[in-house]
Formats: sequence, C-alpha cells, structure tokens
Amino acid sequence: MTGIRTHISPPGLLFAVLGLAALLVPFMTLAANRIVAGDGIVAWRIAGPEITAPGVAAVAMGLAMGLVAGRTRLRFLGAVLGLTGLLWLLSRSAPVLLSQGGEYARVSPAAGFWFLLVIFMLLMADALAALKPGPFMRGIILVAFLFVLVFIFRSGLLSDLSVLQEFSGRRDAFFTEFVRHLGLSFGSLAAAAVIGFPLGILCHHRAALRSATLPVLSFLQTIPSLAMFGLMIPILGWVGNTVPGAQAIGIAGIGFAPAFLALLLYSLLPVVGNTVAGLASTPPAALEAACGMGMTRGQRLLRIELPLGLPIILTGLRIVLVQNIGLAVIAGLIGGGGFGTFVFQGLNQTATDLILLGALPTVVLALAAAILMDIVVELTRQTPEEAA
Amino acid sequence: MIEIDRITKTYGTVNAVDAVSMTVETGSITVIVGTSGSGKTTLLRMINRLEEPTSGEVRINGKSTSSLKPHLLRRRIGYAIQGHGLFPHHTVARNIGAVPELLKWSRDKINARVDELLALFSMDPAEFRDRFPAELSGGQQQRVGVARALAPRPDLLLMDEPFGALDPIIRTRAQADLRQIQRKLGSTIMLVTHDMEEAISLGDHVAVMDAGKLVQYAPPAEIIARPATDFVANMVGDVERPLRLLSLISVSEIIEPGEAEGEAMPETASLRDALSACLWTGRDALPASRGGKVVGRVTLKAIRARAGAHA
Repeated sequence: MTGIRTHISPPGLLFAVLGLAALLVPFMTLAANRIVAGDGIVAWRIAGPEITAPGVAAVAMGLAMGLVAGRTRLRFLGAVLGLTGLLWLLSRSAPVLLSQGGEYARVSPAAGFWFLLVIFMLLMADALAALKPGPFMRGIILVAFLFVLVFIFRSGLLSDLSVLQEFSGRRDAFFTEFVRHLGLSFGSLAAAAVIGFPLGILCHHRAALRSATLPVLSFLQTIPSLAMFGLMIPILGWVGNTVPGAQAIGIAGIGFAPAFLALLLYSLLPVVGNTVAGLASTPPAALEAACGMGMTRGQRLLRIELPLGLPIILTGLRIVLVQNIGLAVIAGLIGGGGFGTFVFQGLNQTATDLILLGALPTVVLALAAAILMDIVVELTRQTPEEAA
Repeated sequence: MIEIDRITKTYGTVNAVDAVSMTVETGSITVIVGTSGSGKTTLLRMINRLEEPTSGEVRINGKSTSSLKPHLLRRRIGYAIQGHGLFPHHTVARNIGAVPELLKWSRDKINARVDELLALFSMDPAEFRDRFPAELSGGQQQRVGVARALAPRPDLLLMDEPFGALDPIIRTRAQADLRQIQRKLGSTIMLVTHDMEEAISLGDHVAVMDAGKLVQYAPPAEIIARPATDFVANMVGDVERPLRLLSLISVSEIIEPGEAEGEAMPETASLRDALSACLWTGRDALPASRGGKVVGRVTLKAIRARAGAHA
C-alpha cells in the first residue's frame, strides 16, 4: 500500500535541499575590527578538518534524518544533532579564526550559519508539531529550550564571538536595559488592559461609543512608529514644562514616559477591539436565554459573555505583547531605554554586532512571549470545540 | 391563573400586538399560533417583560407583572427558546441549575433538583450531568433546555418555537414528552408556534393570532369545527379539517359492543388512526382493546357519525 514516495517527508526534503545550499554560503565572518566589513568563509574552511569534518557531517546527518516521514523522534533527534553540529562549528572555529586575524579581529556567524539555524529550528518545530503537544507539554518544551540557551551562553562556549564580546563589555548595561525593556512592554500591556477592558465593555454596550472609539484607535495604529515616538517628544515636553509636578514624576519629552505612552496608544486598538469582538462572539440564543431566565446585565457579562469571549480577548493581549516587545526597540531612539539602546548605538557606530546584541534578545523574548500567551489562550478555551 | 388584559405593543405607528386579552388556566397548555409577523412572539415576550408593553397589563395569580423588577419576575417564569440557548461553556448540570443558582438555592438542593429533572427527561444523571452541550444530540440539547426552564418550579413556562430546530421524528417525540411531563407536574405552559398541527396536538387551548390581533381563542376541537374567520380556517387547512378533528378523539369514546375481524386497535389510539386502519385493510369495523384485551369494536359508521357531529 505505502509506496517509497510516502517515506520521504516533503518539508524534510525542502529543509535538506535548502540546508545543503546554505552550506555553500559563507558560514563565518572574520573582520579586522568591530567596524569594518569582514570576509566570509565557507564552513569547510573555517578551521582544520579535525573541527570541520565532524561538524559538517553532523549537519548533513541531521538534514538526512529529517527526511524520514512519520518518524517523529528520529526527525527531532536530527534537528538536535544538526543544532549541536552548528554549535560545535561555531564554538571550535572561533578561537582558530581569531588567532589568524590579529589583535582587534572579530568573528561572527555569517548567513550560512543563520540559514542553517532557522532550518533546524523549523525541522524541530515540524517534528514537535507532529506530536501535537498539549499546553503543558509546550510550556515544558519552552522552559527546556530557554534553559539550554542560557546554559550555552553561561558555559563560555561562544565567548569568542563578536556579539558576546560586545556583551562582555556591557554586562551591567545589558541587564539594566533588559529590565527596562520588560518594564516598557509589560507595563504598557498592563496599562492598556486596565484602560482597554472597561472601555471595550462600555463599547460593547453602547453602539454610539463603539462607532466613535474604534476609528480613533485604528487611526492611532496607522501612525508610523518612528513618527509616533517623535511626536511624543514635543507633547510630553510641553506637559512636563507646564503641568506642575509632572517633571517630578518623570514626565518629560524624552525618556521612559513618552516611550511608555506611545506603546500604550498602540496597544489600545487590539485590546479594545478584541474585547468588543470577544463579548460579541456570545451565541445570540445563549444571551437571549440568559436574559429570559432573569440574569442582570452584570451577571450576563460575568457568567456568559466574558468567559465565552476570553480566548478572543486574550488573543488581543497576545498581539499587544508581541507587538510591544518589538516596538519597544524604538524607545531607544528617544532615550526610553530597552534593547533599542544597543540597536541605535550600533547604528551610530556602524557596529553590526552591537545592533545584534539588541535585536537577538528582542526576538527570543517576543517568541517566548508568543508561545506563552498561546498556551494561556488554549487553557482558557474550556469548552469542547466539536460535538461528540 | 394568568390574565392578559388588553395588552398592546406599538412599534412606530404599527401595533405589533393590538389589545389582546386572554385568560390562561393554571395547569394547562396554551398554544399561540400564527404566521410570522402576527405578533405571537412579541405577545409571549411581553409576559416576562423581555418586551415592555405599550399599554395593558399581565397578572399572574392576580398580581401584576409590573410590580416586580423584570429580572426578578423572569426568575419565576421559565423560558425555553428555539435552538435551546444552552450555555456552551457550562456543563449540563450547571445549565439546568442556572436559575436555582440565581435564586441562591443551596448546592445540595440544586444537585438534587438537577438529577430529578434529568431522570424526568429520561437522561441518566450520572451519564449526562457533567457533559457539555456540544456533546449532546439535538434532541438531548432541547430536553436540557426545557429542564433548565423548569428547574426553579416556575409559576409559568413560556416556550418560543421550542421544537423548531428539531427534525420531524424527534419533534414528535419531544412533543409527546412535553405533554406527558406537563401532565405529571401540572405545569402551566404558554407555547408559541407557526405550526397548526403542533398547536392542535399539544394545546388544551389554542390562540390564533393574525396581524397583532387575537382572532380566536378556544379548545382545539372548536378551532377545527368552528373557525372564527377565514384566516383561522385557512390555518387549519380546510381539506384536512375532518382528519384533524378525528385526531383529537380517542377510540374509547365510540366503542360499542360487538365483534370484528383482524388486528385490534388500542382504545387510546385516535379515531384518525382507526379510520386509517379501516381504509388500509378494507374493514368496516375493528376490534377495540383495553390493556391488550378486546373489549368491543369501533365501526366506520360510528367514526363517520362522530366526524359529522361537530355542527
């Protein structure tokens, strides 16, 4: 019944072809110092064969294991093997390359490495998706993944890489900006929830308010982010200078307050919009029955509309959180702090590695937040979707 | 006793319900029947004040419904609608216990009531209590919807096209179950439908609505035999009137002594069934049985005489 064709996983085949192609692209970059552009070096020339041979072999083997359809564990192990190979190549070749490059030399991963990293992550995700992990399992996988990531960085394996050299000089600043970034993105989320939920509930009950509010919030959403952060400077600067006591609580044209306010304004549409949509998703017959059996408006809201709309409302929070983690980078431009500080410093100094020091943790943070929120949304969807 | 006193609902310049008065006796089923737009649903919704009447009033056991806050009034009146309206995120038990919960009954009392009602609707409490509505069949969902409406032992049960979403076979069974449960509990029920067949088979009284007005309010036999207007006659269906009338009379009414050939007809069957059996098997008389024992016969002649006795 099953032919040979069915034994090859179509995405696995795509990963293998792309992965082999990525091996031909420069794997590492060696630069004379942190500013100049470096030279790309392909994987099999980054070090002697005692380093490159096992590494490239592990990558090729990993891609091959990903080809087998239906063998989820094998494909998962292939992804792990491939990622280990990448880590091996990266950590072993860095000191060798540095020793060839002179005193200020910098090594960093190049396009080939990043492509392969993405391909093996996709392979891992594809294999895990076939297992259909429940919300708790996904939480465990996420924690395990973050744990491995922290372990690798703390082990010093990658400390020769350029990004980590930028990090080692800014260790204290990094954690300060990390906390600042969390404060900006989670703080504006919390403020948006505090304002947005009641506003959404009011909009749900009053059509006039709804038709006035949502277009204004949509308009705010269309303002380009750079312009929005820029606009906050004169507005909050004026507030800080004219309202007594405003400066004392930190309101000024630049800094945390304008960045926070800009993020808050961007957050309102998803929170209010999804609250309205979530409350409106109640089946009309259920609402009619609730009304007919003598529930008051508050009881209908708390017992029927909110629980049934919760997954949609939380999806709004998920959008806001991921969006704000990304947008908070721009806060760096107006002195709001966060990982954006490194990005804009790096841009000014044309130091790519410094930009990455700001960008990479932002990406990991956004991904982790998205997965976490997906788990929460799924846990609140208590009702069975399908009839028995 | 429910007294509806010159109740009117006006939308703009149109009287959706126009000065309707009727009295519903405790322990009976009253079916309000009419075409769409006749005002039948508006009339029903004014009783539990989902619609506020423009003028007139409703009295339940002598007490005006406007003397209570609407949500407190509604907790005393059961309400079952088409498509059941069960809460999808609550279990069957929580759905049925919804109004008792609003009335702050104790947990034990609610649980006992839920089990009692499930058993009454021939659903095993242990099996169904913890299921979600999406895990039930259409007929089961409908029964849970009615059980929920009956849970607080309401003075009155309002039903708006409760069987509208069911397929014909399940609908017939649901109607029979409702009738039986109503007899057992002695509930007072007002039910809205567009289906005259349903009205005749379920109602102790039938109220026919047309363009906001109550055009006839009478027992089903009278509606069939003496329709007050052409509209009512039309609703009943002129051609089928004799058969509808016969369907309301049981064989036991015209049993006479004597013998007959062939399979016996139980005395609880309707004359319509007896007539049908006569025609189908080519007999002029059928043996009539009570509890499986032949007690006499029913003749085609007697059926014809009974059908002609309406005038």
